[in-house]
Amino acid sequence: MNIVEKISKDQIDRVVENRPIPEFGPGDTLKVHVKVVEGTRERVQIFEGVCIARKADSINSNFTVRKISYGEGVERVFPLYSPRIDQIEVVRRGRVRRAKLYYLRGRRGKSARIAEKIQRPSKNTESK
Amino acid sequence: MRSGIIALKVGMTRVFAEDGRHVPVTVLKVDDCRVVGKKTEETDGYNAVQVGVGIAKVKRTSKQMRGHFAKAQVEPKKKLTEFRVTADALLDVGSEILVDHFINGQKIDVIGTSIGKGFAGAMKRHNFHGLRATHGVSVSHRSHGSTGNSQDPGRVWKGKKMAGHMGDRRVTTQNLKIHSTDVDAGVILVEGAVPGSKGSYVLVQDAHKSPMPGDAPFPASIRTGGSDGSAVLVADSSEKNSGVVGGAAQQETKVKNDRADDTSTPEKEG
Repeated sequence: MNIVEKISKDQIDRVVENRPIPEFGPGDTLKVHVKVVEGTRERVQIFEGVCIARKADSINSNFTVRKISYGEGVERVFPLYSPRIDQIEVVRRGRVRRAKLYYLRGRRGKSARIAEKIQRPSKNTESK
Repeated sequence: MRSGIIALKVGMTRVFAEDGRHVPVTVLKVDDCRVVGKKTEETDGYNAVQVGVGIAKVKRTSKQMRGHFAKAQVEPKKKLTEFRVTADALLDVGSEILVDHFINGQKIDVIGTSIGKGFAGAMKRHNFHGLRATHGVSVSHRSHGSTGNSQDPGRVWKGKKMAGHMGDRRVTTQNLKIHSTDVDAGVILVEGAVPGSKGSYVLVQDAHKSPMPGDAPFPASIRTGGSDGSAVLVADSSEKNSGVVGGAAQQETKVKNDRADDTSTPEKEG
């Protein structure tokens, strides 16, 4: 392992130790608990929406969550290993056939729905 | 004025601060940075320490340089540099400078050789804006404009910014900040970018234009401990120095093999 990889891995290990990251992918509905500093005190804010993309690149990994807020589409990109993230909660698993769901940006309402993934107990658990 | 360190630029990554800010850092690797020579006012007219880093193959080191390293009782080094120091910061020849020579948060200057860009046009080299996209401009959208007056000077002024070779020259980046150091791994993390490509050597020294922090080790952070001195392999005095110390690292064994092959004394292994 080269030095840069090692530095990244040490950091990832430190984050994951305190905050295990659940298995999730594009199409899943997430609740991201974000630490927010207001003046002097810190509180946790929840951003809930659909994960439309994930980037896997060691310490640079991130994921994009999209939601509709007051009729306006809002997307937020979170670094996966950011210390500002308190917790990632998977609310619902979606069945999608793309890795990046950017097509959702042009859609609203009924056509922007994602079917729920039915978990089969035995062999199909792996497929997403 | 303290000595600096030679380091290898490994690459860049990011580090998250506690408050979630992400800090871009450059990773520098210091591989056994040792003092190879010393210049003093009396003998040379100025004070400096010659520092070497890395491990060079003995058989690829010239005989003259082998003699030089043998005199310093230091393994052949890949890269040698002199750092001017004040008389009170002169270091003993053979001592190893550790990365905690620089303390966290300290300001440093980093000198490297910038990445070569070849023959570059005026837009890339001097940030000229080129010519217009329309309004009758043909073919020369990225050219520079006029280079001067007409008959009055009748020539182009010296130093006129024009196209030419760009990069691949010595560049100093001043007042970078040390993010952290790791003595065991010999790694320095510097906030921001340093000049040069990955795999090139850079010189790290105290910032010229910022005060040195008072708690930085002076004259240098030197490795101490008895076992270390014996771990030094002497390049050319193999006739006297028969063995390698116990628990020698693989690299050292390799150097020994090279040497064996060089002076044809393989039976010393036993």
